[in-house]
Amino acid sequence: MRVALFVTCVNDTLYPATGRAVVTLLERLGVRVEFPAAQSCCGQPLFNSGHRRPTEPLVRRYTEVFAGYDHVVTPSASCAAMVREQYPRIAARAGDGGALAAAVAEVAARTRELTEFLVDVLGVTDVGARFPRTVAYHPTCHGLRALGLGDRPRRLLEQVDGLRLREPAGAQECCGFGGTFAVKNAAVSAAMGTDKARALVATGADVVCAVDNSCLAHLGGILARRGSRVRPLHLAEILASRDGSGA
Amino acid sequence: MSRTYVGMPAFPRAAARAVDDAVLRANLRRATHTIRDRRAAAVAELADWAQLRTAAAAIKDRTLRHLDHYLLRLEENVTRAGGTVHWAADADEANRIVTRLVRDTGEREVVKVKSMTTQETGLNAALEEAGIRAYETDLAELVVQLGDDLPSHLLVPAIHRNRAEIRELFRDRMGAWGRPAPEGLTDRPAELAEAARLHLREKFLRAKVAVSGANFMVAETGTLVVVESEGNGRMCLTLPETLISVVGIEKTVPAWRDLEVFLQLLPRSSTAERMNPYTTMWTGTTDGDGPSAFHLVLLDNGRSDALADVTGRQTLRCIRCSACLNVCPVYERAGGHAYGSPYPGPIGAVLTPQLRGTASPLEQSLPFASSLCGACYEVCPVAIDIPEVLLHLRERVVEGGEATVRGVRTVVRPARRRALEGAAARAAGLVLDHPAALRRAQRLLYRTRGLHPRRLPGPGRAWSAARDLPPVPEESFRDWWARTRGDGAGRGGTA
Ligand code: SF4
Repeated sequence: MRVALFVTCVNDTLYPATGRAVVTLLERLGVRVEFPAAQSCCGQPLFNSGHRRPTEPLVRRYTEVFAGYDHVVTPSASCAAMVREQYPRIAARAGDGGALAAAVAEVAARTRELTEFLVDVLGVTDVGARFPRTVAYHPTCHGLRALGLGDRPRRLLEQVDGLRLREPAGAQECCGFGGTFAVKNAAVSAAMGTDKARALVATGADVVCAVDNSCLAHLGGILARRGSRVRPLHLAEILASRDGSGA
Repeated sequence: MSRTYVGMPAFPRAAARAVDDAVLRANLRRATHTIRDRRAAAVAELADWAQLRTAAAAIKDRTLRHLDHYLLRLEENVTRAGGTVHWAADADEANRIVTRLVRDTGEREVVKVKSMTTQETGLNAALEEAGIRAYETDLAELVVQLGDDLPSHLLVPAIHRNRAEIRELFRDRMGAWGRPAPEGLTDRPAELAEAARLHLREKFLRAKVAVSGANFMVAETGTLVVVESEGNGRMCLTLPETLISVVGIEKTVPAWRDLEVFLQLLPRSSTAERMNPYTTMWTGTTDGDGPSAFHLVLLDNGRSDALADVTGRQTLRCIRCSACLNVCPVYERAGGHAYGSPYPGPIGAVLTPQLRGTASPLEQSLPFASSLCGACYEVCPVAIDIPEVLLHLRERVVEGGEATVRGVRTVVRPARRRALEGAAARAAGLVLDHPAALRRAQRLLYRTRGLHPRRLPGPGRAWSAARDLPPVPEESFRDWWARTRGDGAGRGGTA
């Protein structure tokens, strides 16, 4: 089984600990993971801002870089959703006689968000982690609605030794990040994030966990600005943890 | 004077004002959360909801594909049943037709059934200019009219008002429009409803002309359908001598049996009821029963343009249930008025730029009025993939491209002020497509770690105004990988 890690540009640049945690976790589970260095960004920030044309080369790059792997694993629900939902639409308009569309069909079907890979492919929910903290899980929109992750993250968290899981009120509501939405509609975005932060603080958790660091950057930024001690942490880092420090 | 939507500011500015209005936000939050939970319960009762939804989308898609055919059948059958059909290419034409029809009756006032379509055309203002007074008879619409306000929700146009505000409006303004509110009116819902009932009854009994919209039009029989809760619609549709219905062409369904699907989906999605209290159906005119003259004004006003767009046309499936508004976290905080049209919330964000085109700042800003969370798509009873249409329209605003505008195939130019953003996007695309360049940019970021301000300048200010920045790490993941594992396993393409 050849498994590639698609770390995503946000994790690569700002959250390398999440990428390292995925490697640690998968290796512990006996999976040899490869990191094709030619990988880049999935193109979501560009595409979601209406720039389809500059996105196309990134789609092509993705299909080339990850061709030939059995699984492409990524610690970002939103990037996985970009690949699986939007790549086919972008490729359909490439005007290259269907070549890109065919390449996308190949690789998109094998692109999996981390919890899908763990639960569906490896068939594990107990990954041998220990994390003795109170954790609120925030299901991000792309994980929840675009990928349909369902209870996979929850099942993984429930097996973590010492972890106390909390569900925030209005859990399924968007945190307000939305990529460039956070800047283009800053007032609404901050209002959404502030309400979400309140719900998270009310759970009494020490840690808010999610499968997307971009949402966590927004939420963590608001929590920190409000002087909250709730700290954001990617799910992978909890699952990789053995001593409770978060990978 | 009826207020209009002309000259409304772009979404972010209007939304930011609404965010700061604590009363408005509390009103909206209470109302939308109540209805959203009730809708979820009403929908969960039906085991075949998913199939109903698929069927509804399929019926609408088939109708839209052959809309020319079904509209002609509809016209034929309405005419055969004694009605008269008028075709209006745009809002002005529709308003001119209705004004002339009312004038021909010699009347100076009309009663109105709540209608999105006549809000869209600005009919009340047009009638007013012609010296004709239009009385809204839906309770919430009455509140809007008395307050010289604009509707902010499809179904509950006065959702932004609370009971205390409504009591004041009734007390202060009802007298100017007809029967005044009773002395000592309190804000108890039953008392407010009774005040409205007394006020409106006078209008129903006097009115000779009514104006309505319709929820559905059945092509095979020429039947129109209005679905409502208060009974004011039934009064307006049956008591006056002349009935004028202004309906968007996309409200057509081919056959009577198609209603079986929609009459299950609509009440559960909109009011969370298994069945709405009043469903009025009429086919042309009948001697001695109901209005003796019936006019149907079929409105295009940009719908054919939307229909010509492969991705955008799914928007025309909309049955105006407002489920998407009630689950939308952006609508809840921005309020309905920020959308600058009678169509607020997610459906407005995709419908308005298609009906009006994307030439001005408000319409250009609407496709961006969403975090793309997908809650709207999840609840939409006709499965409109609103996020997909939003992205499609963002592209039209930013990159331009082909679109049909007022019936003419046109190449839309990128919006002004987007040129700079376009250049930045191309530059970003170039860096991202060259991992070596990306690596250089990352290293620059890490080398300057100590220098980063807590608050960002320029466009980043919008981020750091409400949020701390995440700490910058010491090295990227790719550098860590190269340092600890060598370049191993880099396959397919070059760095
Ligand atoms: S878009 Fe869908 S959910 Fe929204 S009002 Fe129309 S039918 Fe209802």
